[in-house]
Amino acid sequence: MEKIKSLADLKKRQESLKSKIDLRDRANDPESHIQVKVSMSTCGIASGAKHTMEILIQEFNRHKIDAIVTQTGCMGFCFAEPTIEVKKPGAEPIIFGYVNEEKAIEIIEKYVINDVLVEGIIPANYQSIDNK
Amino acid sequence: MKDLSLHIIDIFQNSVSAKATKIELVIIENTERDELRMQFKDNGIGMNTEMVNNVTNAFYTTRTTRKVGLGIPLLKRNAELTGGDFSITSELGVGTEINVRFKHSHIDRQPFGDLAGAIVLTATSYPKTRFVYKHQKDGMEYIFDTDEINEVLDGISIQSTDVVLMLKELIDSNLEEIRVKK
Ligand SMILES: Nc1ncnc2c1ncn2[C@@H]1O[C@H](COP(=O)(O)OP(=O)(O)OP(=O)(O)O)[C@@H](O)[C@H]1O
Ligand SMILES: [Mg+2]
Repeated sequence: MEKIKSLADLKKRQESLKSKIDLRDRANDPESHIQVKVSMSTCGIASGAKHTMEILIQEFNRHKIDAIVTQTGCMGFCFAEPTIEVKKPGAEPIIFGYVNEEKAIEIIEKYVINDVLVEGIIPANYQSIDNK
Repeated sequence: MKDLSLHIIDIFQNSVSAKATKIELVIIENTERDELRMQFKDNGIGMNTEMVNNVTNAFYTTRTTRKVGLGIPLLKRNAELTGGDFSITSELGVGTEINVRFKHSHIDRQPFGDLAGAIVLTATSYPKTRFVYKHQKDGMEYIFDTDEINEVLDGISIQSTDVVLMLKELIDSNLEEIRVKK
């Protein structure tokens, strides 16, 4: 496909996207897609959270999985950065620590696609120093 | 931080935490003057004089999840290492502005890194906030404005992974056009 260089190019792609899938207001229905939040505190960023976020977006896109990947502030797990929270439709959110590129791919291929749990989950009852 | 794009995400994150609805970044590269400037502006909750005075000291933070604030002191130090400078002004209820200057050719000046990624990953994370990014290099200019993007998207979510990847491509090709070096 031709490279996007201008808003006019973006418009062309937008039109082909629109005809393929109806993405309207999807963001307003949290149960329609997977939601992933990547902690972007200073320590998260310094530990590679940006790269992790990029891999997640690329991989969800490649697998054609409907997902929204966003940044969020500090989750309070500075010792386990990069940290991400994954929320599948109808399931409780799960927090994973030390999510480098490899781990991100493993989480998508095992947990998201095949519903198999992977290591690295931070227990929900873990007390961050915030609420100790 | 290994490059400037990571500082940018970090400073944006402060503006987001301060509930800004508009976040602006202007980068100006002037080769002749051997200068690289970054100007951040937000319309968030702002800070009082005491906070502004403290914020460049490491260890000042209002966050509760950790005892030290590192983002701003790190950026200031990295600018000063190149013989540049850093300033911050803020007003409660109005917003905050940060100006950083680096010596462009200094050996310790961090590379830009992935500017397009930093802008797009943050802007698409907070779709209700307007992000404006302007990059000038020796008289050439590129402007990215999420208001314009949303108009073009015409109802398609800026958060869909297809759109995120497209926007990154858009910014990358325009920065290449004005000869910004990663
Ligand atoms: N744009 C802003 N608007 C309002 N307050 C801000 C802004 N930027 C920084 N602050 C205040 O200054 C403090 C220090 O910021 P700094 O980025 O150095 O550390 P931090 O965000 O607290 O922690 P981190 O190390 O994760 O960055 C913040 O906690 C916040 O209270
Ligand atoms: Mg910060």
